[in-house]
Amino acid sequence: MKHLLRALLFFVLTLVAWEALFRAKIWSPVLVPSPFVVGRYLYEAAVDGTLWDATLVTMRRLLLGYGFGIALGLPLGLLTARFRIMKDTLGLVALGLQTLPSVCWVPLALLWFGQSETAMFFVVVMGTLWSMIIATDNGVRNVPPIYARAARTMGSSGLQLWLRVMLPASLPYIVSGMKQGWAFAWRSLMAAEIYVTILSGFGLGNLLHYGRELNAMEQVIGIMFVIIVIGLLADKILFSPWERFLHRRWGTAK
Amino acid sequence: MTLSTEFQSESPSKLSVQHISKRYRSGGREVHALDDVSLEIGEGEFICLVGPSGCGKSTLLNIIAGLEFADNGRLFTAGAPITGPGRDRMVLFQEAALFPWLDVLDNVLFGLKLKPGLSRSERTEVAQFYLKLVGLEKFTKSYVHELSGGMKQRVALARALAPNPRMLLMDEPFAALDALTRQQLYGDLQDIWQQHRKTIVFVTHNVREAVCLGDRVALFSPHPGRIKEQFTITLPRRRDINSIELARYAIEITAALKGDARPSDEYAI
Repeated sequence: MKHLLRALLFFVLTLVAWEALFRAKIWSPVLVPSPFVVGRYLYEAAVDGTLWDATLVTMRRLLLGYGFGIALGLPLGLLTARFRIMKDTLGLVALGLQTLPSVCWVPLALLWFGQSETAMFFVVVMGTLWSMIIATDNGVRNVPPIYARAARTMGSSGLQLWLRVMLPASLPYIVSGMKQGWAFAWRSLMAAEIYVTILSGFGLGNLLHYGRELNAMEQVIGIMFVIIVIGLLADKILFSPWERFLHRRWGTAK
Repeated sequence: MTLSTEFQSESPSKLSVQHISKRYRSGGREVHALDDVSLEIGEGEFICLVGPSGCGKSTLLNIIAGLEFADNGRLFTAGAPITGPGRDRMVLFQEAALFPWLDVLDNVLFGLKLKPGLSRSERTEVAQFYLKLVGLEKFTKSYVHELSGGMKQRVALARALAPNPRMLLMDEPFAALDALTRQQLYGDLQDIWQQHRKTIVFVTHNVREAVCLGDRVALFSPHPGRIKEQFTITLPRRRDINSIELARYAIEITAALKGDARPSDEYAI
């Protein structure tokens, strides 16, 4: 409670300082709008629906691409950990492409798929996939060998050993890989939405972009704020349950 | 298979180790871990393998477990050759090797689920029976990290006993525990062994521990790993690790052991 109050006080003071700066008229109001103007923009965008529509479009793109990237990366990571030939081929590709900032996929995606949802999907998948493969592979390699030995003496082998022992044992690594994949996917999607206008849907990145085109700083700041809130919420909703699970079972620090 | 037969111990199995040799490379040099080792272990016998580090006692245990393979020689349990891990031979390691993503009950259930012929409720009943046997019936819903080292080894023991193996293979299972916990477990293990006869092969470098637990102590010597001498321990059960009679045996075996001791080897008497 004390922490909450302190945080609240801090943000109220920040808003007050911001408003004071605005009133001091040091900078043009076009560059530094009042927090009330930003608030009014968000309120109006929420009432007329643009904000929700854009959030929906962005979240759909993100979750689709992210979910696909995870669903593909997890089994591929298990394969690179299990088979030397997969490690020497796909493993190397993943290692290389993971270092490529995922926004670098945007030009290629545009040439291949045009200004379409497929291009967006492709960019998000590329942002998620490689780090997921590497995290899973890394997780399996860090499973204490004693787990597999113990399981084998109890009659576990083959697929059962992989699904019931190796996979859950790598969970701490897999969850941090999923978090990293999420961060990459979120960043690359925002970059792609700012970069390209796609007629099949206006995302938050598009709104940000048009804020700049129209010199509407309140829109730029307002949308940035929304993007931050979504990032925070995703962390809480998507990853907190997993982290609580890990904390309870493994006894690791939160 | 019905539940009632599940609680009756499977008859303990004989083990015949015939001319086993094993070499492996470690750090660029070849280690002759086992050289023509033969050993006959009777049904329900409790045998301890003792020796300095590098004498091949753990290697032999792993070969019996089916986790490693010998270069030469043959192994039979109950007349059948050993070709890999099997539910008739359960292993306890120095680390409890419990799975942190499962609670205590699910850990004990892990091996049982791989055993065909039991319904879900029967499996749970069996698991609870063995958790009670090791004194942890109140901890079924605990997670692994919440248990002390001794409790973890108790769960590991319950997990190994639950599928009703004919043989238990124990690789220094108490080495990482404090002395008090260890002494308690010596007593409990002897009680459990007398109630539910299993053939037990127990690896240790602690001579006193070996004398306390074993019907027989096989002394290994290193480079290459061989059985140097065997001792039959006739002390009555349940044995107390602190008794004077036990110490006499331990002194005798330690003297035999010192023949090939190097200063770097550690012995606990």
